[in-house]
Amino acid sequence: MIRILSRKFLEVLFFMLFITFVSFLFVRLAPGDPVLTILNVDELSVSQEQVEALKEEMGFNKPLLIQYGHWLLNFIQLDFGESYVTGQPVMDMILMGLPATIELAAGSLIVMLAVSIPLGSLSALYRNSWIDQVSRILSILGAAIPSFWLGLIFIDLFGVRFNWLPTMGRDGFVSLILPSLTLGLAISSVYVRLLRSSLLDSLSQEFIRAARARGLSEPRIFLSHAFRHSLPPVITVFGVSLGSLIGGVVVIEVLFAYPGIGKLVVDSIRQRDYPLIQGYILIMAIIVFIVNTCVDLSYRYLDPEMKLKERGTN
Amino acid sequence: MKGLSVRLEKKKKYRWQGVLALICVFFVFAVAIYTFFYLRHDPTLTNLNGRLQGVSLQHPLGTDQLGRDVLTRLLLGGQQTIGYSLMALSVALLIGIPFGLIAGFKRGLIDRIFMRIADGFLAFPDTIVAIVLSGILGPGIGNLVLAIVMVKWVSYARLVRSTVLSESQKDYVLIALTNGLSMSKIMKRHLFPHIVGHVLVLASLDLGKIILLISAFSYIGLGTQPPNPEWGAMLNDSRPYFQSRPELMIYPGLAIVAVVLLTNMLGDYLRDRFDVKKEVQQ
Repeated sequence: MIRILSRKFLEVLFFMLFITFVSFLFVRLAPGDPVLTILNVDELSVSQEQVEALKEEMGFNKPLLIQYGHWLLNFIQLDFGESYVTGQPVMDMILMGLPATIELAAGSLIVMLAVSIPLGSLSALYRNSWIDQVSRILSILGAAIPSFWLGLIFIDLFGVRFNWLPTMGRDGFVSLILPSLTLGLAISSVYVRLLRSSLLDSLSQEFIRAARARGLSEPRIFLSHAFRHSLPPVITVFGVSLGSLIGGVVVIEVLFAYPGIGKLVVDSIRQRDYPLIQGYILIMAIIVFIVNTCVDLSYRYLDPEMKLKERGTN
Repeated sequence: MKGLSVRLEKKKKYRWQGVLALICVFFVFAVAIYTFFYLRHDPTLTNLNGRLQGVSLQHPLGTDQLGRDVLTRLLLGGQQTIGYSLMALSVALLIGIPFGLIAGFKRGLIDRIFMRIADGFLAFPDTIVAIVLSGILGPGIGNLVLAIVMVKWVSYARLVRSTVLSESQKDYVLIALTNGLSMSKIMKRHLFPHIVGHVLVLASLDLGKIILLISAFSYIGLGTQPPNPEWGAMLNDSRPYFQSRPELMIYPGLAIVAVVLLTNMLGDYLRDRFDVKKEVQQ
């Protein structure tokens, strides 16, 4: 167990070193001099001396590897430097946006679960009934509708025409409803179909017949046998499609002008605010690592066979 | 027996859907190519006197906030969205297939190195890589296409590799080897036809996702830059005018939905046609 975890950790660490170095290199070589970016914030003309002075101050005239070493040393102390645009420490800016993003992601996941669990279960239990057909059509459509377009329609309907809900910013629970609804609906289409097929598969297994023979009640069979058995594939896909959730969060945050780290990074990309971009990349790497590990661990809990297999091989 | 009869029935239904999807996809391509040669209006020509016009003979879908013809921009936008998606997909295929063939067939060190690289790439989801890359290289459609290629080639290479691994265990490859056929001939003549189906299915299912990604990124300003008429970018451009003219929101959105729906239908059809189930589903 610990061996698997540490191997995974080493893998990610190695990859992160690679990614940070590449991104560091690109940032230094990329068009658009960061020194000029900083000095041009106020749109004033700059003298050559000012440029040189700032280069000296920020260490840009040292060899590249030494610059990278410095940066890495700071990074280990969770110091990503300061934003070129606002001058605030990057870590502070990210930590400020992170709770908002986590709230949005959690809200979308709740919507996703609230839609896909009932719909998926019902369409598996009543296979080929009208509810199955409806959920099929909805999920085919859901896979083709871009989340930002769905959001635009929601904004137009509920925000502008009916004026029920706020469509911008982050101001308490109500401002979370539309963004979470948009993203949650956009991602749930996959899970409805997946849960349905996974449930159909488990319901046809021998152990369900055995449970029926033991005289267990149908709800009990469904919940504690069939449902549990159908979760691993769903969780696998969740782990794999985490990226679409994080990416979706970015789009939705920009759409609803929601002050999370997704909007932060898009703004910083537009302004070429490299320290912030690098900070975002690393935070994402850490989040992806944590979620992947959790997904791996959850299999062991959900699928007792896995544990047995592992014991057999070790 | 019961299972078999259900299967066949399902297949039949999908065949009908697939043919329809195929016809529609060809139609979309034809329109895109047609627009390439013949444009009634300049898609970027602004005309402030004729802004936000309704339906007329001259402008069948009206004009946008800068007086540009919506139909022309919509068609050209389709050409851009679909064109860039196909470009990204074909480059990913061109890199991924040979890589997978070689890694799967030669095994050994090349294969091990490849698997390390693939694991590294797969640890990071595609949208994140796209954001990271436009962060490092700057926003723009070229970088977005590059990001998509970087993420997607790995999945094709892996798919091809796993297919080749299982195929090359089979007797006919062994016989070909003992008959003295060269590696490249075995790959070309025997292994390649086997993987075509799998790759085609994955590619057609991916196309919809890529179109969605490109339009979403263009919407948030990290894809095509204005005044290029890309569907996502068009939605972004005309957002302040939705209240007075909701059509400006409806057309590009419906266009995206229709095209993605078509490619997904095509993918489902191909999946049933080539009977690829587990391997392609991510």
